[in-house]
Amino acid sequence: MAARERDFTVPTVQLLTPEGVLRPSPEAEPYLPLVEALDDATLQRFYRDMTVSRRLDVAGANLQRQGQLALWVPSSGQEAAQVGSAHAARPQDHLFPSYREHIVGMIRGLDPVRILALLRGITQGGWNPEENGNFHLYTLVLASQTLHATGYAMGLQFDGATATGDPETDAAVLVYYGDGASSQGDANEALVFASSYETPQVFFIQNNQWAISVPVSRQSRSPLSLRGGGFGMPGVRIDGNDVLASYAVTRQSLEEARAGQGPSLIEALTYRMGAHTTADDPTKYRTDDEVAYWAERDPIARYRTWLESRGASAAFFDDVDQEASDVAADVRRRALELTGPVRASIFEHVYSEPHPLMAEQHAWLDEFENSFDGDAA
Amino acid sequence: MTGRIDEEVRVTSDTTPEASVPEVETPSATRPADVAGDMRGVQTLSMAKAITAGLRDAMRADEKVLLMGEDIGPLGGVFRVTEGLSAEFGEKRVLDTPLAESAIVGTAIGLAMRGYRPVCEIQFDGFIFPAFDQITTQLARQTLRHEGRVTMPIVIRVPYGGHIGSIEHHQESPEAYFAHTPGLRVVSPSNPHDAYWMIREAIESRDPVLFFEPKSRYWPKGPVDLDHAGLPLHASRVVRQGADITVVGHGAMVSTLLQAADVAAEEGTSIEVVDLRSLSPIDYGPLLESVHRTGRLVVAQEAYGNVSVGSEIAATVAERAFYSLEAPVLRVSGFDTPFPPASLETEYLPSPDRVLEAVDRALAY
Repeated sequence: MAARERDFTVPTVQLLTPEGVLRPSPEAEPYLPLVEALDDATLQRFYRDMTVSRRLDVAGANLQRQGQLALWVPSSGQEAAQVGSAHAARPQDHLFPSYREHIVGMIRGLDPVRILALLRGITQGGWNPEENGNFHLYTLVLASQTLHATGYAMGLQFDGATATGDPETDAAVLVYYGDGASSQGDANEALVFASSYETPQVFFIQNNQWAISVPVSRQSRSPLSLRGGGFGMPGVRIDGNDVLASYAVTRQSLEEARAGQGPSLIEALTYRMGAHTTADDPTKYRTDDEVAYWAERDPIARYRTWLESRGASAAFFDDVDQEASDVAADVRRRALELTGPVRASIFEHVYSEPHPLMAEQHAWLDEFENSFDGDAA
Repeated sequence: MTGRIDEEVRVTSDTTPEASVPEVETPSATRPADVAGDMRGVQTLSMAKAITAGLRDAMRADEKVLLMGEDIGPLGGVFRVTEGLSAEFGEKRVLDTPLAESAIVGTAIGLAMRGYRPVCEIQFDGFIFPAFDQITTQLARQTLRHEGRVTMPIVIRVPYGGHIGSIEHHQESPEAYFAHTPGLRVVSPSNPHDAYWMIREAIESRDPVLFFEPKSRYWPKGPVDLDHAGLPLHASRVVRQGADITVVGHGAMVSTLLQAADVAAEEGTSIEVVDLRSLSPIDYGPLLESVHRTGRLVVAQEAYGNVSVGSEIAATVAERAFYSLEAPVLRVSGFDTPFPPASLETEYLPSPDRVLEAVDRALAY
């Protein structure tokens, strides 16, 4: 008896080829109008944000190597997936990141120094989502945020804050996770709840091929985009190194979500060019050939080629490079000026209401520390 | 102390003795009619119906309160605690969720971020563990991460404990895991009056509250003063005064301790019983005041004894009442084994006899 068919090939939505030519794949044709509607300033902004993100990666890694950060989480190679999807969100939308979406936060208005404070051991949280474009806090337990996002989307529904027919006010939720996190129970339960309650929500999986040292083939034998259909929602696989595809498909999915058509899932095929974090050594588990393959599909290089073909000037690219360097230098300077939290913060906000253990232990620690003559904090 | 007195005491101390060991999936037909309308004053209610009344009143008082859980809609939950609520408030406020505990708590966190006050029902004690990660790594820390800008007014109701003759994972006492976790509050009522008021106060709390409901006390009735709370959520209370020794417990164990005190009184020993009510934080005031007078303490719980709430109480009382103690603090617990098949539960669970054995040992010092 012949083996059953195990071919799970799915088409990939790609507008911009790796060579930098706008030539939509058949699946991408319906999305072309969304790209054609973008003005030059927006298209240039995409390039600027991707370039800033990559430059910040260098600054972050350097700070870690110099002992100024406990850890840096690089996103080099994933700029198109992040920048395109972030620009697809409207101001009223809520974004729930994992912990690698630094440029997404910046696009929503977050000062990246707040992220460095997290990595510098100064805070466990770092920012107020309400004041930073509804960009919620990083979540380090993988996929936990998918459930928070789904609950938040349920809340939008219950509040009547979505699906009223007004795209300027109707809100949706965009939640990021990765190929590794896709194996977590929470990620799957979030898809169950989102589908069941028809939440206004887009699940954005950055499939960067590696969960630290484990390849995506260990997480899934079929494209992650197929997970959508299994849970009762559309699933689309996109070229995650194509910023136009990332923008257009996320835009379309979010519009459908806020129009009351329910959740959907996007798998963005991309590649983590650097290490998982600065504690990682990718040379131990992946080949130079593989890295070279993805380097040829670099998201920034192809987009630059396309912008050049549209007439962008050398001066524009020089200006962006200068701005990216300036941003990185400014972030580095201000990160080094960050000072640690006060001792009392250990006990603050563990509870919202008074708690005897907090009061007792805080008082004890103060007394203990102050007992050292001339060495009181 | 000779002979076994458990069964005898049980039938003489409950208002509705036949209901004290209910069929889990099909509650007793003698269960009181649905609590409805606008009751006030002092009512006679079972703990289950007192909690129903508390949930109803909280939902009427604040439209942001909503219920989430498995089978809590038209069925009213496997213990019927939410009976009638979906009919009154609709499926948008009484959510029969998909069957996934982690998602129940995880989505409740998102709803709380949005301003809701979710009350989650975990169907049975042993089924809380799929949600353990969301409770301990997420729920317990959201306020801290958000530097106080976000509160987590979420209540997680957990029917817990033995004495109901059920199968594996249906008779457990997992409260210590949560009392151990900073950022959570953990309480357990022992009687219908406290159950009504404590669920109301738990829902009003801006912090997450694990609300452990002793299953074996769901059906015995007692007076509930719907107009006067009496005590704040985290207060412990002396429920029987005595002079010779103090015993402390929570939830269903309080009934066992009162039974033990009845028997001891006949033999001339005066036991003071403290109902802990709150496991995190623990209100040590009444307990220490009692130990200062009696000089002896026995801590009792259904949960495993090793690294338990009882261990913490014993250590703390030893630290704070050392010069008042005439004997070491003794502990009576479930054994440090998985909960056994139900046919062995009377041997496994602390009984009045087991409590009195410890009382005798403490008094022998």
